[in-house]
Amino acid sequence: MFLEVDHLAVSFATRRGKVAAVRDVRFSLAKGETLGIVGESGSGKSVSAYAIMQILDRGGQLESGRIQFDGMELNRYTNREMRDIRGREISMVFQNPRAALNPIRKVGHQIEDVLRRHARTSASGAKSAAIEAMRAVHINQPEKRYHSYPFELSGGMSQRIVIALALACDPRLLIADEPTTGLDVTTQKVVMDLIAELTRSRGMSSILITHDLGLAARYCDRIVVMKSGEVVETGTPDGLFHAPANAYTKRLIRATPRGGIGIGDLVDPPRQAPQRPAIGAPLLQVRDLRKTFGKGVNTVTAVDAVSFDIHAGESLGLVGESGCGKSTTSSMIMRLADPTSGEILLDGRSLTDTPASRFARDPRRTSLQMVFQDALASLNPRFTARQSIADPIRRLTRENADGRTEELAGQVGLPVELLDRFPHQLSGGQNARVGIARALASRPRLLILDEPTAALDVSIQAIVLNLLADLRADLGITYLFVSHDLHVVRLLCDRILVMKKGRIVEEGDAQRVMSNPTHEYTRTLLDAVPSLPNLKI
Amino acid sequence: MADRQSVAPPIAPARTRRLLGHAVYVIGDNPITAIAFALFALIIGVAVFGPLLIPFDPLETNASRALMPPSLDNWFGTDNLGRDLFSRVIIATRLDLMISVAAVALAFVVGAAMGSAAGYWGGWIDIVTGRLIDTIMAFPLFVLAMGIVAALGNTVENIIYATAIINLPFYARVARAEVRIRRDSGFVQAARLSGNSDLRILALHIFPNTLPPMMVQISLNMGWAILNAAGLSFIGLGVRPPTPEWGIMVAEGANFVVSGEWWLAFFPGLALMITVFAFNLLGDGLRDIVDPRQRT
Repeated sequence: MFLEVDHLAVSFATRRGKVAAVRDVRFSLAKGETLGIVGESGSGKSVSAYAIMQILDRGGQLESGRIQFDGMELNRYTNREMRDIRGREISMVFQNPRAALNPIRKVGHQIEDVLRRHARTSASGAKSAAIEAMRAVHINQPEKRYHSYPFELSGGMSQRIVIALALACDPRLLIADEPTTGLDVTTQKVVMDLIAELTRSRGMSSILITHDLGLAARYCDRIVVMKSGEVVETGTPDGLFHAPANAYTKRLIRATPRGGIGIGDLVDPPRQAPQRPAIGAPLLQVRDLRKTFGKGVNTVTAVDAVSFDIHAGESLGLVGESGCGKSTTSSMIMRLADPTSGEILLDGRSLTDTPASRFARDPRRTSLQMVFQDALASLNPRFTARQSIADPIRRLTRENADGRTEELAGQVGLPVELLDRFPHQLSGGQNARVGIARALASRPRLLILDEPTAALDVSIQAIVLNLLADLRADLGITYLFVSHDLHVVRLLCDRILVMKKGRIVEEGDAQRVMSNPTHEYTRTLLDAVPSLPNLKI
Repeated sequence: MADRQSVAPPIAPARTRRLLGHAVYVIGDNPITAIAFALFALIIGVAVFGPLLIPFDPLETNASRALMPPSLDNWFGTDNLGRDLFSRVIIATRLDLMISVAAVALAFVVGAAMGSAAGYWGGWIDIVTGRLIDTIMAFPLFVLAMGIVAALGNTVENIIYATAIINLPFYARVARAEVRIRRDSGFVQAARLSGNSDLRILALHIFPNTLPPMMVQISLNMGWAILNAAGLSFIGLGVRPPTPEWGIMVAEGANFVVSGEWWLAFFPGLALMITVFAFNLLGDGLRDIVDPRQRT
């Protein structure tokens, strides 16, 4: 075998002694093969890959195990010897391309650095070699881009530079650690297709580390499923997804949103989807909403003549990629920002009459609330869960804060004893529940859900989505669900709006938009999402 | 506020215990921090209990015992008027510490308020405070302090004001930067949606989160403020003889170093050095304690 990892165990020294990060991990990789390592956060998938490269974080230690790479026993190599391996034999593509690039050096020079470190080029030939490497990752006008700084490039372009860096010295193994997390779905497709094409044409082997089963299914020859530092199952995508042997693999597949299933099918055991509330009169009306930033020639139109209605009890999905204006739209509806022109009406009365800066004291503040994208960042690090939930109760209502807080905790399924913990002491799912409880505190009629599950693992996402469906059935709340993921939106929403460059390009019934999109952009979005085949398990 | 406190009690003990446990861990990890905390405790102890510790009256002169080198009776020797140096160094601790604590507290309160407002609202508030701070920073700071004391008059209060003014820009800048990075963060937006006014958001949501870096700044600044107060006294501004104060004592003793009576300047200088050293080390230790990355 080209790469063989056997009995790998890595531990980290922490204050409470050694903590095992991975135990007895074994997998192998043939020449030219693409291996997917799949698992949720904390499953040890990244640590396993870092152990191969010997780039563990401070305190991390290889406890035991054999890492054999093309006849070399890497686990016996010293750091000095590994330096010749890294970049030349094995290289890596990291999750956040912006963080992986030096912000104050031109990208061309950064590629030159790698080439010269491994003596692939002379000082005089470095520039042309770097440009060649950029051309290989399909960067337009590489001579011009050579002089760019990372901040001048988009996320997808930066990731291409990182790939160019990784492939500059023709390594034989490429490790990609969540290479497309944080990128838009269409960019994700471009980047993943590029990695697949380059590794195939150069006969390289690759390891793709991802939390996304769909991505692994589409791009990998074989998949290793990890959980809590151990390998639970290995197999080909077809075998694994159609006949998963392990209970955890089954649960993971079940929780992944895919075509042809309902929201209740995500959880184990499957359940009946909760009732959707009856749809009533228009609750919120958005009329010709426009928002521009900047002045004169530098004017950027973020939201351009957007109009739509949300009816009471309805769930509307607002879908688009980053920069399409969906967040700007939602913050204007939330009255955190003022529109440049246009009107927002609640129950037929204008909301935009009160400027955003004075809306905190408007009695209608209670009616509009929001669940934020990153639950952890949306909670004050110095507030306990109880304080966070009680804050809107004290500010906006006359209810008894303590009693109401515990009632809300019960509604969102947060154990009362966790209420006195701080955000960093709670898990991602628990923080999401705190965020939802806080948003519900003032008994809002419209709740904006701004990618509430984007930062969560799929199994937690499944639970949170079901919680949101339950709350809607119990409280009859109207949702505006903002997301980049059509498959997630479909599960919760009756109607979908697709936004692109500040405009709504498609609007319609959720099932219809998914099965029969009329706008080409919607089709592109749907195609780009790597989804699992329609499975029934 | 009352209902807020009703929530607090069950949390507070656990929180204090956790912080203590964390502090013990950091100190154990880095013995230098332990030394800093020990020195800090010693300095505070000397400042509080100073009058009980001294063997002689620090102001009592005795011409027959002038310029005696350190001995068992006079541990640090005596000065040109026969006063016991040990007693004077001990008594001076309280005054020096008081000046610097008051100055730093004043600088912190005013600077943090200015910086927070500038960071949160931006616009003209930012421009006005920014230019004000630039103006202060444009002067050589010690010369500015000299000028302030010379203009306002030679009193302890004026030394405090002068020291506070020259330290103010540091707090204003740290506060502005720390508030600014949190101004549009998720939890601030959430607080806005919860019906909090701007002032409440700034005071109760953002400002407490900026305290850890400010604490470090305070500790590092303390040493500097002490040095500054002593420096002003050294050149004859501020505290006047015969009040025991380290700066004056060093200034007075400096004349005698040439003729071999080194102890006059040495011991107050040593006290000054140890104090500044302790506060600087404490700053490093505090940074480790408040740094969340150390909390794993």
